[in-house]
Amino acid sequence: MKRKLLEYLEWGSLLMSTTAVCFFLVVILWDLASKGAGSLSWDFVSRFPENGMTSGGILPAIIGTVMLTVITAITAAPFGICCAIYLHEYAPDTPVTRLIRASIRNLAGVPSVIFGLFGLACFVQALHLGTSLLSAGLTLGLLSLPYIIVTSEEALHRVPVSIREGAWALGATHFEMVRDIVVPSALPGIITGIILAVSRAAGETAPILFTGAAYYINNPSFSLDQEFMALPYHLYMLSTQHQSVDLVRPLAYSTALVLIIVVLLLNLTAFYIRYKSSKDHATA
Amino acid sequence: MKLVSRKHTEKFTARFFKACGFGAGSVLIALSLMLVWNAAAFFIHVKPYDFVSKTQWDPTGSPSAYGMLSMLISTMLVAVGAMLIAIPLGIGTAAFLAEYAGRKLKNMLKPAIEMLAAIPSVAIGFLGIVVISPGLAGLTGRSNGLNALNGAILLSVMALPTIITVAQDAIDGIPISYKEASFGIGASRWQTLTQVTIPAAAPGILAAIMLGVGRAIGETMTVLMATGNAIALPHGFFDAVRTMTATIAIEMGEVPFQTTHYYALFSVAILLFIITLVINMIGEYFVGRFKKFEIR
Repeated sequence: MKRKLLEYLEWGSLLMSTTAVCFFLVVILWDLASKGAGSLSWDFVSRFPENGMTSGGILPAIIGTVMLTVITAITAAPFGICCAIYLHEYAPDTPVTRLIRASIRNLAGVPSVIFGLFGLACFVQALHLGTSLLSAGLTLGLLSLPYIIVTSEEALHRVPVSIREGAWALGATHFEMVRDIVVPSALPGIITGIILAVSRAAGETAPILFTGAAYYINNPSFSLDQEFMALPYHLYMLSTQHQSVDLVRPLAYSTALVLIIVVLLLNLTAFYIRYKSSKDHATA
Repeated sequence: MKLVSRKHTEKFTARFFKACGFGAGSVLIALSLMLVWNAAAFFIHVKPYDFVSKTQWDPTGSPSAYGMLSMLISTMLVAVGAMLIAIPLGIGTAAFLAEYAGRKLKNMLKPAIEMLAAIPSVAIGFLGIVVISPGLAGLTGRSNGLNALNGAILLSVMALPTIITVAQDAIDGIPISYKEASFGIGASRWQTLTQVTIPAAAPGILAAIMLGVGRAIGETMTVLMATGNAIALPHGFFDAVRTMTATIAIEMGEVPFQTTHYYALFSVAILLFIITLVINMIGEYFVGRFKKFEIR
């Protein structure tokens, strides 16, 4: 009897910690959704800010974040995929290769604010790109690089050896095997990884603080060499730096909600691709 | 295609991929060289020992003071607080997922944890301001709740997904024969978990904790928004603190380029870089240990 009770207590303690973790997620989503939905409307996502940010919408911040995300993907994805192909398909198992792998894994652990400093010193100043959309996009590209490499390598790893051997038996060169057999069958996994990496980059604030994000821009041109507005930075400014923080709180809530929706939509897309490809493999 | 041109393509692409691989590998080196280069300009003016041992940080005063000890202690305080919350919750959840949860429940909880990991740090920092801060203010009777405890709570939420995922992998990797042997000599489920499975998975759990600590120390936006940003030696969890990451984020936006203050921020960054690198390397080492264990 006593032992049974103890067992329930023990099991309950584990259940409690799991519930607490889920509770955090529910609080975050519920608080943002319930308080952010109030001032969320079509006007809010389709108009420019007005009256010193106290009314109007966040359209330039949304466009800025989308463009930033696209630049990040364009710069980081090809580089990352090629690096993963080298590491998994070409590289011999030597100390140098292991060093490259270790360096990439450790790059993933570098704090994002240090990427911001690197972007400032390297892109903004040394390469004279200035504080601009391009500098920020390149900085976020570097930040996403290790994630793209690691997930691409995992996707390449899941391609069975037998179909590689089949390609070789038909006389394909190494590159033809990689291009026509390995990469196409690893593609869903690679794309999932890229979307996840990019969704993480879309929510990052610290790396764009000093590389090009701006609080407000009159008549934004959205060209690569100009400063830009971005959703996470906009949320940061609205919630801490605005002169009447309480007045713009509803707008901050809605901005946070839009940001979360963008990030979660990207995540859902990635999960859908992963789910679909795993189903296709199961039936094939 | 002719054989000769195919051979040429083969040679060229092999070189191209190699260049990409080495390029990506050298990003970390470039990053550290950049930090060393800029920090060196600072350490010409200020002694490294004074930099890490003094608590006075006043770059704009005259004479200016560059002592970052209070920031370092603030960073540690917030990270330790975060771990006090995140380690028990994280390992408990990992154990629940690995040992008790059924397939169906697992399939529901896994995406929930991935979703928690996907929430941008700035949104979590925002909730620290609007939800946790009023709560803590009511609890302590102060005017606001922007302090080290607030930051620690938020950072624990951010570190939890990492800790849970890695710890669960470690627990899942323990051979079933271990558990069977334990059940065989009459141990209960709980006894098996605490005295067999978790000790056997210890390297992986340590790795999980280390990666969580690395995440907590390097996080910028949440602590910048929620900890109050007062540069002083903290006396407890209810003091406002300013961490190393927050200092870089706040001051880099205002400082003129190529001044001592500018280089000082790179020096803070290099210390932060070294701390996170060492912590992540320890984590990697233990991940390597439990991966080897899995194969055996």
